[in-house]
Amino acid sequence: MPRMTAPRLTVRALKKSFGANAVLRGLDLELVPGEIHALIGGNGAGKSTLSKIIAGLETRDVGELTLDGAPYAPASRRAAQAAGVVMVLQELSVLPTLSVAENLFLGELPQSRFGVLDRPKLSESSRTALARVGLGSLDPGAPAATLGVGQQQLVEIAAGLTHACRVLILDEPTAALTGAETEALFALLRTLRATGTSILYISHRLEEIAALVDRVSVLRDGQLVATLPVRVAPRDRLIELMAGVPGSAVTAPTARNRGPLALRVKNVRVGRAVRGVSLDVHAGEIVGLGGLVGAGRTELLRAIFGVEPIDGGALSLGPEEEEFAPRSTREAVARGFAFVPEDRKHHGIFARLGVGVNAGIARLPRRRGIPGVVDAGAERSAVDRLLAELQVRFASTVQPIAELSGGNQQKVVIGRWLRRDVRVWLLDEPTRGVDVPARQGIYRLLRERAAAGEAVLVASSDYEELAQLCDRVVVLSNGIVGGEFTAAALHPESFMAATFAGFRTTS
Amino acid sequence: MSRLRAYTEFLFLAALLVALVGLFSALNEHFWSLATLQTVTNRIPSLALAALGMTFVLVAGGIDLSVGSVSAVAGAVFGWCLADRGLPVPVAILAALGAALACGLVNGTLVNALRMPSFIVTLGLLEGARGIAYLVTDSQTKYLGEKLGMLQATPFAGLSVAFLLTVALTLAAHFVLTSTVFGRHTVAVGTNEEAARLVGISPARVRLVVFALSGALAGLAGLCHVARLGAADPNAGSGLELSAIAAAVIGGTSLMGGRGSMLATFVGVLIIATLEAGLAHLGVSEPVKRVVTGVVIVGAVGAEAIRARLAARRLRRAN
Repeated sequence: MPRMTAPRLTVRALKKSFGANAVLRGLDLELVPGEIHALIGGNGAGKSTLSKIIAGLETRDVGELTLDGAPYAPASRRAAQAAGVVMVLQELSVLPTLSVAENLFLGELPQSRFGVLDRPKLSESSRTALARVGLGSLDPGAPAATLGVGQQQLVEIAAGLTHACRVLILDEPTAALTGAETEALFALLRTLRATGTSILYISHRLEEIAALVDRVSVLRDGQLVATLPVRVAPRDRLIELMAGVPGSAVTAPTARNRGPLALRVKNVRVGRAVRGVSLDVHAGEIVGLGGLVGAGRTELLRAIFGVEPIDGGALSLGPEEEEFAPRSTREAVARGFAFVPEDRKHHGIFARLGVGVNAGIARLPRRRGIPGVVDAGAERSAVDRLLAELQVRFASTVQPIAELSGGNQQKVVIGRWLRRDVRVWLLDEPTRGVDVPARQGIYRLLRERAAAGEAVLVASSDYEELAQLCDRVVVLSNGIVGGEFTAAALHPESFMAATFAGFRTTS
Repeated sequence: MSRLRAYTEFLFLAALLVALVGLFSALNEHFWSLATLQTVTNRIPSLALAALGMTFVLVAGGIDLSVGSVSAVAGAVFGWCLADRGLPVPVAILAALGAALACGLVNGTLVNALRMPSFIVTLGLLEGARGIAYLVTDSQTKYLGEKLGMLQATPFAGLSVAFLLTVALTLAAHFVLTSTVFGRHTVAVGTNEEAARLVGISPARVRLVVFALSGALAGLAGLCHVARLGAADPNAGSGLELSAIAAAVIGGTSLMGGRGSMLATFVGVLIIATLEAGLAHLGVSEPVKRVVTGVVIVGAVGAEAIRARLAARRLRRAN
């Protein structure tokens, strides 16, 4: 329990921007010794950035941090660890070919004379470290690849605890753990708390937080909304705080004529990410896919487009509900799907190729007579027309597309599909890194496509975007549907509740 | 890549070739002669055909280290059909090209199925196909005489049929790469495979076809070699893959994929052939020739690397 002592860690007026995007806008936080302190918030609230700055993985722009009263500004993860601040990363970084012991002490392997690895000492320290996280029976010499995902996560935590630890930061540590492993972890965290360690615990699992932590800090838009003891913060109150008061009443889009069924997703499962999702998209309708990062939106869209295999359930097209199992993107395109990937730079553009090639690649006009030969004249005029229609700003069609702004690149990545007859659009974060005018242009374009009778399914982490653009919003949460709203019924608070709904039923 | 820059690069290459010819003519009075032209053009077809196939593979983002061995398989099968089986020449040609095509298809299928870098997969056939060539010929050179004499005939200005065929195929390959749907898809896959997949292109199909083309062209290269020597030698074409890569790279083909021109590759072949003939005229020994060729290759790759870095810097400044 928090005692009335001097704070362990303070954060004052912390600011951090990535380019024009302000992620932290004057954030405050305080940790006391011997407490477990939860950090919660929706997408873009600033949880990751804040914890990375504390752990030395990012640098701040403005603001002050203190650790046990002394100014604290770690230049690197190593420097933070030396000061006793340790973060266990969410992404598993276990090296599978090395042994468990080597993973635990990577970077500071014990050496005997002449730099030879001191195996007995390594083995002994490893046993101690593993016992601490309840993995005492594990052989330190076993290759890390033989461990389950949950065990790997525990090994990472054990690796973090090999440093003298004043502040421990955990980011969604239980995502991969079984019930028993979770209990073991919690017991460990309680022990650490009793010895005075401060634990910053980032999680979407509100039930878990209620059972484990002492205080909760709620972040929204890069600022601290409130820090409160967990016993006066029931689930509904936390969701309300995360959602915030809607800044401005967003006008719902005018109702469009909803056409016949275009795409039906029935109980689809994809790996561990999508665990049984059903939804419909009608012709002429824009359906939003909301949810936290990692909720399974990207995986669902990729599976529908044939990029990743579907592990269960069924997909069907059109009012006749003609079933299909996409085996390749080629097949999906032939069926009338258009796809806009989340990662434009690596998956969307052909960076070194010209604007014209990028715009024309989805459909190359063929010369009549000789099969497989491109009609260069028709291609040029079609591409010129398309680029003008999309209002792309570029110097020449042979200018590499990488030289264009993000917004103009995205116009090309989306607009290239206009050269095909599309039945269903699948878009993953279509306005990420796109400036405001281009964003409006993309909204207009998608509304036009819907008005033309095409079906649009668009994943977005931006609530305002979903509210502005979509006729209906399906919220994914932890791989299942957490809620579904018509534009009229969409409300920040119920949306936030749906966002967290999927974490309830899991143990 | 802007069109203007492409032209300038091509002109630079052509100028380099002219300069080489000028240099050797100045250094040796006998270099500038019809005999030299014939020697050079005679030696070109094998290398050029293999280099065209290599350019397809490189542009698609792969590499084919097996072309030398595959060319030997084609020669071996051809020799076996004629010397051991007594089959007619057209049948032998088809069998030889079929065997080479099959090698290419094996490469493509394995790269797709194993999802392994083609560098490693084709290393397997570099060894394996050479072994097959030995097995087919019983490790013996088969003397065939003038069976492929028609390729060596010189109907026009002292240029052989094989050379003219090579020029025609270079133009055809250039057309395929620049003006067909397959060519565009090849460039797309070589530039960004994932982006290509996500616009509905099948990278696996593109890879299968480029390796098939590389195999078939290597087979034709093997036949040209047989025609020149009048014999099927299981050792033929060893090191051809490296010369083919060198020619493509001198021609500005990127080893990272997505960038390359068949015409430039052909000029790259001419540069290598001229260099070899010229150094031979100067009486330079074989080891020294190889050192000089190596220096030219590194120079060409270095120039390409500097060009790429300058382009990247320009891009950074633009953003």
